[in-house]
Amino acid sequence: MVDAAIGETSVPRPRKAAGRSGLRKALKRKSTSAFLMTLPLILLIALLVIYPAFYSVHLATLNKSMQRFVGFGNFEFLFKRDTFWLVVKQSCIFAISAVLFKALIGFIVAHFVHNIPAKGQRKWRGMLLVPWVIPPAMSTLAWLWLFDPSYSAFNYTLSFFGIGPIPWTGDAAWARFSVILVNVWYGAPFFMIMYLAALKSVPDQLYEAAAIDGANWWQRIWYVTLPMMRNIIAITTLFSLIVTFANFDIVRILTAGGPLDKTHIFATWAFRVGIEGSDIPLGASVSLFMVPILAVAAIFILRDVNKRGNES
Amino acid sequence: MSRRKLNRRQFVAATAATSAVMIAAPYVRGAYAAGKLSIGFWDHWVPDANKASTELCKEWADKEKVDLQVDYITSQGNKNLVTIAAEAQAKSGHDIFQMPTWWCHSNSDLLEPVNDIMEPIIQENGTVNDTVKYLGVLDGKWMGVPACVGSQIKGPCSRIDLMKKHAGIDVQELYPAGAAPKAESWTTDAFLKAAEACHKAGVPFGIGLGETSDSVDTAGAFFRAFGAELVDAKGNLTVKTDAVRQVLEFYKKLIAFLPPDVGAWDDASNNKWLIAGKGALIMNPPSAWAVAKRDAPQVAEQCWTHGFPTGPKGRFAPFLPFFWSIWSFSKNKPAAKSLLVHLSKPSSIEKMVDASGGYDLPAFSKLNKLKVWAEQGPPKGTIFHYPDPYQQQVLSIAASPAPPKVAQQIYFQATQTKMALRYAQGESMEKTLAWAEGECEGFLRS
Repeated sequence: MVDAAIGETSVPRPRKAAGRSGLRKALKRKSTSAFLMTLPLILLIALLVIYPAFYSVHLATLNKSMQRFVGFGNFEFLFKRDTFWLVVKQSCIFAISAVLFKALIGFIVAHFVHNIPAKGQRKWRGMLLVPWVIPPAMSTLAWLWLFDPSYSAFNYTLSFFGIGPIPWTGDAAWARFSVILVNVWYGAPFFMIMYLAALKSVPDQLYEAAAIDGANWWQRIWYVTLPMMRNIIAITTLFSLIVTFANFDIVRILTAGGPLDKTHIFATWAFRVGIEGSDIPLGASVSLFMVPILAVAAIFILRDVNKRGNES
Repeated sequence: MSRRKLNRRQFVAATAATSAVMIAAPYVRGAYAAGKLSIGFWDHWVPDANKASTELCKEWADKEKVDLQVDYITSQGNKNLVTIAAEAQAKSGHDIFQMPTWWCHSNSDLLEPVNDIMEPIIQENGTVNDTVKYLGVLDGKWMGVPACVGSQIKGPCSRIDLMKKHAGIDVQELYPAGAAPKAESWTTDAFLKAAEACHKAGVPFGIGLGETSDSVDTAGAFFRAFGAELVDAKGNLTVKTDAVRQVLEFYKKLIAFLPPDVGAWDDASNNKWLIAGKGALIMNPPSAWAVAKRDAPQVAEQCWTHGFPTGPKGRFAPFLPFFWSIWSFSKNKPAAKSLLVHLSKPSSIEKMVDASGGYDLPAFSKLNKLKVWAEQGPPKGTIFHYPDPYQQQVLSIAASPAPPKVAQQIYFQATQTKMALRYAQGESMEKTLAWAEGECEGFLRS
């Protein structure tokens, strides 16, 4: 298939006719039709993502009453606040530890599922995806009841073994553990399904060759499975890092940032400052602070993926 | 095909008739002759309470020939706050919006002053307390009409039996139904002793120290009772004062008698505490009692809502008023004002208060002795003292008297409960005060 229509005649035509033919040619190009087909989506993204993104940049440059341009004034103010740096630290702890555990659990479970005979595998895959399919706002409410300060179902169960009560959301360390646990529970199935897809694409011949060479279980994982899954691991990690850094619902529902701000992350603190505290420019600045952190992570991870793509 | 000819006389007559109709059209009162109006009400907790507002609005719209749209916007997940922010940014949306506590001030540039209707409303319904003025007036301009719907006092709701048995306090004697309170002995010291006794008996007071409204409001009232202000009315930092030190000492003693997990409590935790029969007192509007009436009647019939204990600087109770405000971008301001006047008539207010079972509180002095509060039960008269009918308390809001835009930050960052919790958890007094001062300094930015 050609990318452009070839003209049938070289006889010169009037200017208007030439214009029409140019349009026809453009429309016949594969790239043009592809662009036109994606145009609705591009417009939707422009409307719902690009415009709000630029608008939030604009908001972040205004003073509290949104009447005066202050440039980077809001960021300068934030950098002097202890609570802001607490939120930065907590967001990093939350995102990095949650992604790490999600990746680890996803990897292990993907191996288990991969080794289940094909007949029963679909059932397990479906069941393991349930946490990821339930809207997190709903499932977190169920977790909230399990962690309830006074009526925790976990504490009730633990009391039979003489343990507890554990202040799941009342103590800073336990509260951090709780929000990370719920995030891992929610996000691990995504890693599992991505890793499972990657595992299925690793050719069996490589394992057979490794077995002939006398590779043990660990060596097969280290020298065959992991190198073959590297790109998927990198992309999944990046994607999850972005989503986890920007998480809102789990922390908001479970602890609302407490106790004593010890579980606030960027999105929950931005909401507290911007919407509840009516300081929208400062809230926008808190949200935007995520951008450079995630951009640096994205550059490193995607550069690595590209490099391996070029090498192969 | 035949073609009818129009003669000159017919043409002149038709033109004259059409012109007459065109000129007269605006003066003919059609079904919606007075235009359109939309109102965003707060979605009430109490089932069927919205019905009274809808009926009142419909009654007015039918009479005034206005095409009225009424929306109920929940405060679950702060949906109403998000909607306010969105409408303020877009400068479009409802004509009237029900603003919670601080939102008149935070949107002051975008609200239509309503002094012209507030003066006659106050004349008819009586004066409003200082907290309503603090939250609703800026530079002499009313930014909204105080709405009874949603407005509430978060006073103590005690268990009659447990307080009598363990603390030796007869709350019905202190606050008798149908009569003025005899609560001189109900002080912050008596409150502490009662908290200790109930804690020892295994039914501790359920007072939250989280970051949500109930916890913050209670802390705010105790701070005021000790004269403790973090920022004064002029915007000066007043964190490092003896009054603040005193209230932190009081809270440290109190926290020792509260359930160990109060730092994680939200606005539902204290309600559950009372309804489950685990505690002798909570700080809440009568919604907890209303739910107990349905789910745990044996608890409900022992509940008594009453006034706050008095501290060294007086008896303060947390009051959270709502306002009906008109956006400045409204296209039908005269109709909006007319509706607000209708909703503020004594008969309308009584209808709305009745529909809420007495939960809603009018801000006006002539309307705090309605029948509904005396009649509710069991036990009869349980919420008689809820609206503070004898005006023995100063109704205030946490973080006041700081300038409202600063106070809103203190309120939503729960600075007062955090201070109490930090100090009670072992942080030194000076470190806690320094932390709070740093926070408040940040809130002062303009």
